[in-house]
Amino acid sequence: MAQEEIPQYDVLIVGGGGAGLRAAIAAYETDPSLKIAVISKVYPMRSHTVSAEGGAAAVIKPDDSLDDHCYDTISGADWMCDQDAVESFVNEAPNELLQLEHWGCPWSREADGSVAVRPFGGMKIKRTWYASDKTGFHMLHTLFQTSLKYDPIKRYDEWFVTKLLVEDGRCQGVVAIELATGRVESILAKSVILTTGGCGKIFPFTTNANIKNGDGMSLAYRAGIPLKDMEFIQYHPTGLPFTGILITEASRAEGGLLLNKDGYRYLQDYDLGKPEAKPVLRSMELGPRDRLSQAFVKEQEKGGTMEGEYGHYVHLDLRHLGEKVIDSKLPFVRELCAKYENIDPVTDLIPVRPVVHYMMGGISTDINAATSLAGVYSAGEAACVSINGANRLGSNSLTEILVFGARAGKAAAAFALEQGETSSGVQAQVDDERARLTKLMSGEGTESIAGLRKEMHDTMEEGAGIYRTKDSLAASGEKIRELQERVVNMKVTDASHTFNTELTAAIELTYMLDGAEAIIASALLRNESRGSHQRSDFPDRDDDDFLQHSLAYRQPGESPKIEYQPVTITRWPPGKREYGQQKGSA
Amino acid sequence: MAEETITIEVLRYLPEDGAEPVLQEYEVPLRADWVVLDALNHIKDHIDGTLSYRWSCRMGVCGSCGMMVNGEPVLTCAAFLTKFAPGPIRVEPLDHFPVVRDLVVEMTDFVDKIKHVKPWVIREEEKPLEEGEFKQTPAELSDFKAYTMCINCMLCYSACPVYGLEPGFTGPAALALAQRYNLDNRDEGNDERMELLSNDEGIWSCTMVGECSEACPKGVDPAGAIQRYKLAGAADWWKSLIMKKGR
Repeated sequence: MAQEEIPQYDVLIVGGGGAGLRAAIAAYETDPSLKIAVISKVYPMRSHTVSAEGGAAAVIKPDDSLDDHCYDTISGADWMCDQDAVESFVNEAPNELLQLEHWGCPWSREADGSVAVRPFGGMKIKRTWYASDKTGFHMLHTLFQTSLKYDPIKRYDEWFVTKLLVEDGRCQGVVAIELATGRVESILAKSVILTTGGCGKIFPFTTNANIKNGDGMSLAYRAGIPLKDMEFIQYHPTGLPFTGILITEASRAEGGLLLNKDGYRYLQDYDLGKPEAKPVLRSMELGPRDRLSQAFVKEQEKGGTMEGEYGHYVHLDLRHLGEKVIDSKLPFVRELCAKYENIDPVTDLIPVRPVVHYMMGGISTDINAATSLAGVYSAGEAACVSINGANRLGSNSLTEILVFGARAGKAAAAFALEQGETSSGVQAQVDDERARLTKLMSGEGTESIAGLRKEMHDTMEEGAGIYRTKDSLAASGEKIRELQERVVNMKVTDASHTFNTELTAAIELTYMLDGAEAIIASALLRNESRGSHQRSDFPDRDDDDFLQHSLAYRQPGESPKIEYQPVTITRWPPGKREYGQQKGSA
Repeated sequence: MAEETITIEVLRYLPEDGAEPVLQEYEVPLRADWVVLDALNHIKDHIDGTLSYRWSCRMGVCGSCGMMVNGEPVLTCAAFLTKFAPGPIRVEPLDHFPVVRDLVVEMTDFVDKIKHVKPWVIREEEKPLEEGEFKQTPAELSDFKAYTMCINCMLCYSACPVYGLEPGFTGPAALALAQRYNLDNRDEGNDERMELLSNDEGIWSCTMVGECSEACPKGVDPAGAIQRYKLAGAADWWKSLIMKKGR
């Protein structure tokens, strides 16, 4: 039988969002003769980068400095990030955003035609570039449209990756399902970059899109790569109840206020500064996200929040900004409120509550986006370099996908150029994978996909929310272990090979359970409170024992093994995080 | 009291069956804050796991979940059930596209058309990064900003009668995208794109029905963009005529 030729690439990028597309272009520019492909379970412009609203941070204005951006990032991260990585990030950020400007990104402008910047939470100077309040959307479409110019970048749109092929100690490609036909194929490559985003869908209430299941994290984890700092999960303080739709931090940067049930700016009671009429940087509503979300929980305990059908909430007040400012700076906020909540922020208060937004943790990489497995690279939310530590600052993640996407593309290209041909031994693994997927589609299981997913959601919210304890985490850990055993017996009722989204939902559930077990195990052993990881039983930061990254290694059939790796400190020794007052960089 | 429900009629199609598409009815809770997409998710999770459709962000920006709802192309994440009460609500795949399965349409033609218009900054000479940003005043930005807002949801192609009859037509979103770059002061690709698009499959196919702009959920106004493009195309034509005469 004539065998169809197996596609072979030098650099294969899994995930077509901002990090993946930036990586693809960087790989091409490293060496235009390289064979490059981008594989994604959705068309690139559907990727979740599209939902990012507020902006992208980079030092460009004369009153700003690289050291200030470093200090804000490091203190925002509660000293949990690697400072060499932060310095590289901050240094390369301006050129990456400029590059996007040259590629046509419609950045908002000052009257003189220069790029405009806005304030953002936890940043002491205005340094956030923005494209009104749809920055991620514009960045993604600019990258996608620009990528079309590069003919050699081949795309596999709506292909779903199920496995990394590892042979001879290095990754040599992936196995993937073409959704339109259901055929399962291997795509070989000398290097693979995982840019699949985060895994917010592990939680029930999240700003994350349906596709955010931690696919790449799980693929790496199953291939023996550790997941780093998974216990650090960012709750964004202002999500719309029920839908979890994000109301951007830019709304507070423009002067929006958070009010409790009495119309009182309750943040002043939580060590975040004094209320002023105008927004003050690194203060009150412009404090960092972890502190604002934690203040909400405390305010709820005090009885200061309101209760609706979907739990407790407070109010975000934009009314005093007036229609003109809202329409020019925050038009998407107005559109979202009107279309999804049936309110108008010009005249109404917006109900908001903290919502799972971003994974600081992810696939452990070094400063060049390389993982511990030869040939595997990662960037963006899927990865943990780390620059975000225990709490990411708003507007650093859009910049991160560019800086580390580009770094990953260059590093993966350089690695591919040094490799010989892929080895033929991977074919047996491909056959095994086909057999595994056929069995999954047999319809023999008994467990409901939606049922298991709900049990995962409930236990993650219960045990691993904004405040955690040893007991809550241990209970959730046991539950996740149980779900890992039951998920093997999942029932896929759809036997079709054409666009079978029940099959992909089933596989996504297994990916999420891997992420969940890494989150719980890492959180359980971190006996301190730092940034977004708050342990009611260990309320203080403990630099002596825990100024270290946690690394979760998969152990089939049991909870992951956790190891630690020191945090890299260069010029900013651990200090106290202070908000609500003027503070020079330490 | 039993929860109020509403009937959703979904057009089902599975190519492997070889059968014609059929309408299938589902009863779903009629909740005030549910949109049509929530109803589909409810069906998928609790009634019929085989129903296939695309969705992702559920906030009107990823462009995945466009479908025909009671005959109109809409984003199902922004279509409240209550608007259609007491029902039934008919949900079908987007018009004018081949159907892959159920509510999933084949979109490679659309994506090829996006690429066809060269939607990237074309310059005779690249500007080095060291020279900093291009200056662009807020007024210059606002000249093309509306055309940058397209989320590629393809509702305008479903609404466009010309595309329905002539699948070769470049179509509203792609032509608006060409204008987005033409009008951007950083771009110098106007002539190159005009050559591609000033023909019977490009701007001159549009009959100015304006259905595309009505269907657009993001206020892009592709019809207006094409109209401006035609004016520029006509001016180019006159210019070339005068140049020839002058020779």
